[in-house]
Amino acid sequence: MTVFWTSILKPTEAGTEHAWQSHEVDEAEWTQVAEALGGETAVLLGLWGDTGTIRMAVLDEATNEIAVLALACPNGSYPSVGQHHAAAQRLERAARDLFGLTPRDCPDERPWLDHGRWSLRRPLGAATPDAGEGDAYGFLPVEGEGLHQVPVGPVHAGIIEPGHFRFTGNGEAVVRLEERLGYVHKGIEGLMAGKNLGEAARLAARTSGDSTVAYGLALARAAEDALGADVPERAVWQRALMAELERLANHLGDFGAVCNDAAFALMHAHCGVLRERVLRASDAAFGHRLMRDLIVPGGVAVDLSGEGIAAIQSMLAEIRQRFPALVNLYDNTASLQDRTVSTGRLDPALAKRFGAGGFVGRASGRSFDARHALGYPPYDRLSFEVPVLDAGDVDARVWIRIREAEQSLSLIEQILSKMPQGAVFTELKAVSSPCDGLALVEGFRGDILVWLRIGSDGLIERCHMRDPSWFQWPLLEAVIEGNIIADFPLCNKSFNCSYSGHDL
Amino acid sequence: MRKLLLESLITPTLTEAPPTVDEAAMIELAETLGKQARQSLGRSLSIREVDAGSCNGCELEIHALNNAFYDIDRFGLRFVASPRHADVLMVTGPVTKNMREALKRTYDATPAPKWVVAVGDCALDGGCFAGSYAVVGGVSEVIPVDLHIPGCPPPPVKILAGMLALLQGGKAAS
Ligand code: SF4
Repeated sequence: MTVFWTSILKPTEAGTEHAWQSHEVDEAEWTQVAEALGGETAVLLGLWGDTGTIRMAVLDEATNEIAVLALACPNGSYPSVGQHHAAAQRLERAARDLFGLTPRDCPDERPWLDHGRWSLRRPLGAATPDAGEGDAYGFLPVEGEGLHQVPVGPVHAGIIEPGHFRFTGNGEAVVRLEERLGYVHKGIEGLMAGKNLGEAARLAARTSGDSTVAYGLALARAAEDALGADVPERAVWQRALMAELERLANHLGDFGAVCNDAAFALMHAHCGVLRERVLRASDAAFGHRLMRDLIVPGGVAVDLSGEGIAAIQSMLAEIRQRFPALVNLYDNTASLQDRTVSTGRLDPALAKRFGAGGFVGRASGRSFDARHALGYPPYDRLSFEVPVLDAGDVDARVWIRIREAEQSLSLIEQILSKMPQGAVFTELKAVSSPCDGLALVEGFRGDILVWLRIGSDGLIERCHMRDPSWFQWPLLEAVIEGNIIADFPLCNKSFNCSYSGHDL
Repeated sequence: MRKLLLESLITPTLTEAPPTVDEAAMIELAETLGKQARQSLGRSLSIREVDAGSCNGCELEIHALNNAFYDIDRFGLRFVASPRHADVLMVTGPVTKNMREALKRTYDATPAPKWVVAVGDCALDGGCFAGSYAVVGGVSEVIPVDLHIPGCPPPPVKILAGMLALLQGGKAAS
């Protein structure tokens, strides 16, 4: 099967040293690919700036092949992808804020991450000083009789991350939600430049705390891809073990938290106990409750001991015993189902068009799971199912989490029984010329993309990390429409998008 | 559901003995409280959590304080929805430039006497984000901090030990 870009790009341009293709394109080719996005099999994976260049990663879902296109922008502008494919718009706005690259004819010209507070414009491009007093933000205008607006955030009522939501309501029904993000922008991609791989891994592990393992894994795999390095087998298996423990802990936490937002605190209490068990087992096995900084380029930082395995096994036994009762309870509590069923429905067509990953995509018919689609090791030797539903409501997103948690339990058991002995770390060899690397890794929330370039001095020149939330946040705006404002926390929690991972 | 509830009645409770009050935190508090001689906060504290730019790792462990193992409520500590109801602001993260004003305004909205607890390594001095064009630095760059709880993220027992020190220190200083 040929990929969708075969007919668009000149074949000679493809680099062949990686599992993914790299193409230098001209504006005509760039635009043709942009027009193809959102089609039957063409999915946008990311779009990011670089010095004088804009890049876009695309996936062909029919073959699961990935290509990265690079378009030189000598005049600092390029034809907007967002005018053809809405999912690209926020990415383009962010790239303009950071690098000063202008997407020509982008339907939305407002800044995104830049709130006018950095005392600097275009911090990663041709930076210029600025007063840093803050810009007014033009929310989309609304017109109509009886409409009122409710601004929420950036500081929210719960223990959650900051962001601003602007609701326009007609009575109780939400007619529009507009998000404004960027509050937790820390300039991580700027900090990455000039760092060695170890430091870069620490920054990646602090991009989104709940996905610290997934980000560590994505960065390590991208670096190893760039350097053409092989990682010891035992390390590969331990990484997957950590990734599944992280997924399990987060899905358990979310399951309880969604129910809690439907005022069903009992589930929250029980799930909180199970989640704590996973974190304690992770701590016993790897020395950190969230398993931070344990995946490093070249392998893993600690080796799993026999005691660690015992701790994980006793945790598995407890969850296997207790979880089914909670699932039954969810299934049989009418008052709870009344809140989750048919609430916040995401149309499968939208999920497909935006290339939404994780439980958001899989609850709306999009089956993509990087573990399965790309089969990166050791998942090529593990057996698991990718649950998919079509209903697209809060209930479906809960069920995907339940089924995935069950799959993770089985994966952890398989990993423990199959994990080989041996070394867990290998020193990565130095490079003599600049090299690029890419990784797509399935975190609990969806696929995380990391693309990086390592200079001949072995330091990071550019590293871009694309959180799954980029393609989920815009859909939350769509699903809340027509729901009552009181159901927003429920919809929001069922999406559980990352602020920090998105804002970087 | 009945079966689950019944089981909860007969199984032993999961809640663990409180951690010993953090010595280092007590010393830090003795200094700040001695100087400011604030009024005792009584036996309970209302806490408003503010994420000023964290990676959300600290939030996960603060959340965990509510689970059955730590059960923070039993100490009279509870999280509230508005700064106007709060005695304590619990602040995480390196303060980003985009959050500086929101943090300051949240602080101003909290009635005196008020306390600020900075949680996590980032909250001390910006951690590994210090020096970024988008980061102000630690919490004390923006609002006065009474107590800092280190860790990345600090595990729940560490946060609890720090908060208990605040409760006891609050009484000692009155
Ligand atoms: S201290 Fe660590 S866990 Fe807390 S916000 Fe900073 S990086 Fe995240």
